[in-house]
Amino acid sequence: MMYKIEAIVREEKFEELKAALNKIDVNGITIWQVLGFGSQRGYRRVVRGQEIDVLIHSKLKFEIVVSSEEWRDKTIDTILEVAKTDQVGDGKIFVSEIVDAIRIRTGERGYDALQPDTGK
Amino acid sequence: MNTGDNAFILICSALVFFMTPALAFFYGGMVRRKNVLNTIMACVGVMGLSVVMWVMCGYSFAFGPDHLGLIGGLKYFFLNGIDFNSTSPYAPTLSATTFVIFQMMFAMITPALITGSVVGRMRFPALMLFIALWSLIVYYPLAHMVWGAGGMIAKWGAVDFAGGNVVHISSGVSGLILAAFLGKRRGVEHVSYRVHNIPFVFLGAGILWFGWFGFNAGSALAANGLAAHAFLTTTLSAAAALLSWMAIDVLKEGKPTLVGASTGLVVGLVAITPGAGFVPLWAAFIIGILVSPICYGCMHIIKTRLKIDDALDAFGCHGIGGIWGGIATGLFAKSSINSVAKWDGLVFGDTHLFVAQLEAIATTIAIAAVGTLICVGITRLVTTMRASAQDEAFGMDNSQHGEDAYPAFNGFDSVI
Repeated sequence: MMYKIEAIVREEKFEELKAALNKIDVNGITIWQVLGFGSQRGYRRVVRGQEIDVLIHSKLKFEIVVSSEEWRDKTIDTILEVAKTDQVGDGKIFVSEIVDAIRIRTGERGYDALQPDTGK
Repeated sequence: MNTGDNAFILICSALVFFMTPALAFFYGGMVRRKNVLNTIMACVGVMGLSVVMWVMCGYSFAFGPDHLGLIGGLKYFFLNGIDFNSTSPYAPTLSATTFVIFQMMFAMITPALITGSVVGRMRFPALMLFIALWSLIVYYPLAHMVWGAGGMIAKWGAVDFAGGNVVHISSGVSGLILAAFLGKRRGVEHVSYRVHNIPFVFLGAGILWFGWFGFNAGSALAANGLAAHAFLTTTLSAAAALLSWMAIDVLKEGKPTLVGASTGLVVGLVAITPGAGFVPLWAAFIIGILVSPICYGCMHIIKTRLKIDDALDAFGCHGIGGIWGGIATGLFAKSSINSVAKWDGLVFGDTHLFVAQLEAIATTIAIAAVGTLICVGITRLVTTMRASAQDEAFGMDNSQHGEDAYPAFNGFDSVI
């Protein structure tokens, strides 16, 4: 079974999380700049003494597709380890099952499509 | 003609000129990305309009032969009769043309200040028409009354070194009234400021400070000690106001902000403008340190109680700062510093100047208010002032000019 892990994390965790995921050898990361809010519902800012509620704010989303439960758990553990600050606003991880994966160049499908590219 | 004076004032004119593009950046950074070009363009449009109008009739109306103490005439139409080889009656050591040029730059920055009140929602053609009318109906007469030969306000003994009344109070009051007639920007009840580029705000504020040296020191109309004194009072007031705004930020929110520091230095410059060449140095410090809390408090009242969408605080900064500066000049001026002031200020025990200053301020407010109402009336007869809801939502850059500034930093910019 393949899984997609979507982790919405703090922007400042970018370098650290990228490095940690690379270190455990995940075979691909897609990163999105995203906007939204969670249960903390934005934050407050002040300009010239006027309060401004910023509901929608900026986060990063890491998308990683893995080929086994073992890799799924390993990836989630790594994200938790790095992205957790114990403050409100650390983000969320969503996990879903993936029906298929295709490597465009070779046409390999499923498990094979996610394995290291040997350049054949 | 004194070549030293002439050279100095020509350079000061170029400095004052630089303030209008600076204002374009100061204002441009404070609006949303989708309105930045329209905001800058308002200042750019004024640059064209004000020069052409000044040469055509503005100088003549402001500094031509007096009519009833209210306005000049058409004697110098298209600067006819201004000989660059002869000296100016207003500044005996300057070429007549140098004086025309220096004053031209003031007629440029003043209407540009108004545009800060109306950003994000006023149709560009309507704004240009309003500015042209406002120059004719408010600026030229007011400049005449304060600085022109035979002008009414000058006769009362009120003083205005570099344009607290003529430039700042008039533009601030007019901006507030125009903003009230235009109505609020869409969504302003949710977010009052949409600062999209804070470096632009400081770029503008920094160049404004630089230009203000020409504005205030140049208002001595000679390369003399008074010019140096005005230079120093100007920069001290700006620095003190910058620090006091930072202090307010820290006291209220725990952190100093760059928008706050930039705003503080600008209101410090506004406040010292009428008194730069009249008050002692220690008074410049007091004027600067107090203007930030005064403006900070008033902006809050305008936004929350009056509920007028003076978008970038043209009134909050220039109106209020100018009024404080005019009052402060009545408090701290010394005729030993500049004999144009017939009396000393209130703190030295003479009430004459103080009363004259209050009268001048009240008169300026009245003229600006009535004049703006007339300009609004005429503009409305000719064209629609307010952009359509769709154009406003789409963004003024595209709807008014068909241009885009730059892509959004993160694809979505209703967030600051």
